[in-house]
Amino acid sequence: MLRLLLTLLLLMPLATQASEGEFFLTAKPAEQAQLLESWAAQPDSARLPLLENLRQGRIAAEDTRKVRLNNRLRGLIDNALASHQLLSHNSAIRLAAAQQLQKSAQPAQMAFLDRRFALEVDPAVHAALGLALANLQLGASEPAVRLAAVRLLGETGDPLARTRLEALLQPNAETDPGVRTAAETSLAQVQRKLLAGELLGQAFSGLSLGSILLLAALGLAITFGLLGVINMAHGEMLMLGAYSTYMVQVLLQRYAPGAIEFYPLIALPVAFAISAGVGMALERTVIRHLYGRPLETLLATWGISLILIQAIRLLFGAQNVEVSNPAWLSGGIQLLPNLVLPYNRLVIIGFALAVVLLTWLLLNRTRLGLNVRAVTQNRNMAACCGVSTGRVDMLAFGLGSGIAGLGGVALSQVGNVGPDLGQSYIIDSFLVVVLGGVGQLAGSLWAAFGLGIANKLLEPQIGAVLGKILILALIILFIQKRPQGLFALKGRVID
Amino acid sequence: MKRRSLIKAFTLSASIAAMGLSWSIQAAETIKVGILHSLSGTMAISETSLKDMALMTIEQINAKGGVNGKLLEPVVVDPASNWPLFAEKSRQLLTQDKVAVVFGCWTSVSRKSVLPVFEELNGLLFYPVQYEGEEMSPNVFYTGAAPNQQAIPAVEYLMSEDGGSAKRFFLLGTDYVYPRTTNKILRAFLHSKGVADKDIEEVYTPFGHSDYQTIVANIKKFSAGGKTAVISTVNGDSNVPFYKELANQGLKATDVPVVAFSVGEEELRGIDTKPLVGHLAAWNYFESVDNPVNQKFVADWKAYAKAKGLPGADKAVTNDPMEATYVGIHMWAQAVEKAKSTDVDKVREALAGQSFKAPSGFTLTMDKTNHHLHKPVMIGEIQDDGQFSVVWETEQPLRAQPWSPFIPGNDKRPDYAVKGN
Repeated sequence: MLRLLLTLLLLMPLATQASEGEFFLTAKPAEQAQLLESWAAQPDSARLPLLENLRQGRIAAEDTRKVRLNNRLRGLIDNALASHQLLSHNSAIRLAAAQQLQKSAQPAQMAFLDRRFALEVDPAVHAALGLALANLQLGASEPAVRLAAVRLLGETGDPLARTRLEALLQPNAETDPGVRTAAETSLAQVQRKLLAGELLGQAFSGLSLGSILLLAALGLAITFGLLGVINMAHGEMLMLGAYSTYMVQVLLQRYAPGAIEFYPLIALPVAFAISAGVGMALERTVIRHLYGRPLETLLATWGISLILIQAIRLLFGAQNVEVSNPAWLSGGIQLLPNLVLPYNRLVIIGFALAVVLLTWLLLNRTRLGLNVRAVTQNRNMAACCGVSTGRVDMLAFGLGSGIAGLGGVALSQVGNVGPDLGQSYIIDSFLVVVLGGVGQLAGSLWAAFGLGIANKLLEPQIGAVLGKILILALIILFIQKRPQGLFALKGRVID
Repeated sequence: MKRRSLIKAFTLSASIAAMGLSWSIQAAETIKVGILHSLSGTMAISETSLKDMALMTIEQINAKGGVNGKLLEPVVVDPASNWPLFAEKSRQLLTQDKVAVVFGCWTSVSRKSVLPVFEELNGLLFYPVQYEGEEMSPNVFYTGAAPNQQAIPAVEYLMSEDGGSAKRFFLLGTDYVYPRTTNKILRAFLHSKGVADKDIEEVYTPFGHSDYQTIVANIKKFSAGGKTAVISTVNGDSNVPFYKELANQGLKATDVPVVAFSVGEEELRGIDTKPLVGHLAAWNYFESVDNPVNQKFVADWKAYAKAKGLPGADKAVTNDPMEATYVGIHMWAQAVEKAKSTDVDKVREALAGQSFKAPSGFTLTMDKTNHHLHKPVMIGEIQDDGQFSVVWETEQPLRAQPWSPFIPGNDKRPDYAVKGN
């Protein structure tokens, strides 16, 4: 008898939860919204699983019926869920919940938040809850409460706090002069913090764009910069790298689904090998016959680029292919309330710098690098000293193409992968190399980051379209004034 | 000598290119039908499937014996997302191939560039994509939506309680005539609903733009000022980096919903849609619409894609412009049967009032005067499987208003097609 009673008692919360779920499923959207609002104001820990399931669009894990949600209901579910998660024993969950409530809490939840605020022991959660509460207390009737809330909001760099303070400072909104002055100081404080976040954000996106330009241009800095081949097929080497990434992704999906998370890493050597191989084959069959004839090289490499594009179209189709970001490259790290740094961009910045470093080491610290520099500076003299110039040419061109392939792997993580991928980067690549100074790795580095940051500083002011035009015009003017680029080769160089 | 061989090489390559680009099946007594969609370039992501859909529809009509006892013979050309090339290719279709009708174009800029050719040579074009209106040519039939059949209902939904009661609007588009005109109409519409200019932000990017960091950061900043919705008229493959950036910067649909007018099932194939659940699209058809006509339409398409070995055939999807292409070809065939001729003037007359049971689940009618279809409006939410679930739809198909009442001066425009507009 006792056991039966106990099981009944244990089942009770489950039963209420199930019936609440059933009720929710059949209710109209407006009723569902009311229900969620009332749940948010009076949380009950037994309801937590139901809300977690609702977030997934169902009422129970094993229930296959779909709950039809719209964005308004999703927002209300998030808010109600956060309310319930405040009852959790895990302080990390409570912290996330309090942060969600800073955005979404409604006046009806104030009494509950007050209680939790008094009970909270973890200092971080306590502070976060205080802020969530302060947002609501701006509407309180006693000026002292409002004053404390306004002061607290000044401590944050939250864009929403600015809006709330601005609303308070509207004429006729706040009558108490003390609170008004406090709100003004708080607003100035918040705005300073937001400005810092904005500037950092702009700098970061400039760096990110710069790193992408750098990866796109680095291969060209070798094939055009060092070897002097006007390589119009450079963009297609990028494309080959990106398509290698796609192939690695597809093959791993089929044969080794366990390793799929790390496919971009596996794709790096594959892309390098494929692009370098194609590059070397091109050098041996076509380009070596055209050394010293820039016009013919230009036409020939352009023809090669068309052939490569068409070949890819035949193999993979004219449409873009899907290259997905693995989980560790999705999402971002929140530094400030208005500054999120996406992981894929962080990784690409690091990757670009690593590739530059490796290339520099290869050119300046190895025998191959020495030979390459010798051949590019004086071919005949190098040949007299026993350097096999043909082999060096081939290897150097292969290296440049291989690095372009590595760039392609990185580009596949931020943009589209299609047969025309190379076309959209070739102009930017030449700009970077020419602006930086032909034959200089350091020049390409500065030019890429300079262009990236300049572009991102201009874009918010005058828009993406005009920004691009202005940058092009500025580069033309610069090249007119200084044809050798930012960094010119010093010393007795040929030509 | 050198020059002569260069000229020779040039003519040779040009003729090879011409041979490669327009292929045709030889058959006696056929009706030639032109298909003018970009199969390469930035718009290929959207337009390639329209070419395949047109070929499938033609194959189906031929399997039933063709039109007026004659088989249809498709002539496919590739204008390569290059707007002047659209005009060249359409002139070639009308004068050299002598096609009876052309199905084609996606972007408005391509339609604007072929329009003078069709009006000059009295050709017939079926245009299958939603667009900005402000046009009504006697030589074009518009089977996509006009602004009042897509953009305006979508904004009304965003302002409704279920749509999130948006108060501020971020209008983001690719820089050409369709987004600019649509946004002009939307701005006037929002003004009429009491939204002030400071709550509307308009931003444009070039075709093929791929760096959306600044724009997403600006959307975030703008959205701090009140409940915001983004209205996206971004076209082509730029959508992929845009949605990727949205997801990476943690902008969720519950905070800032994005409603897109040019993103359908086909465009979503290239994206992981899990972070995008809840973002919206407004169209007149979704693949997920449940009715017998659509079930057959989707099944036919999947079978066709598999049989022809189209790239990505295992994941073939249908979308709104594909449905509009399908409806357009069938309506044209019906009109030719009715007119008993492919003569443009007779077919035009026969098309007025033509109706067709469409996969959207509605019977669509070609308006008697304005060359536009009466279409239902649907708003769909992106699901984690790349499909849309309909969250709102009109009860009846709406009549198109190509001359939007929100643009001053349009009230004086005639409600029938006139050349040179």
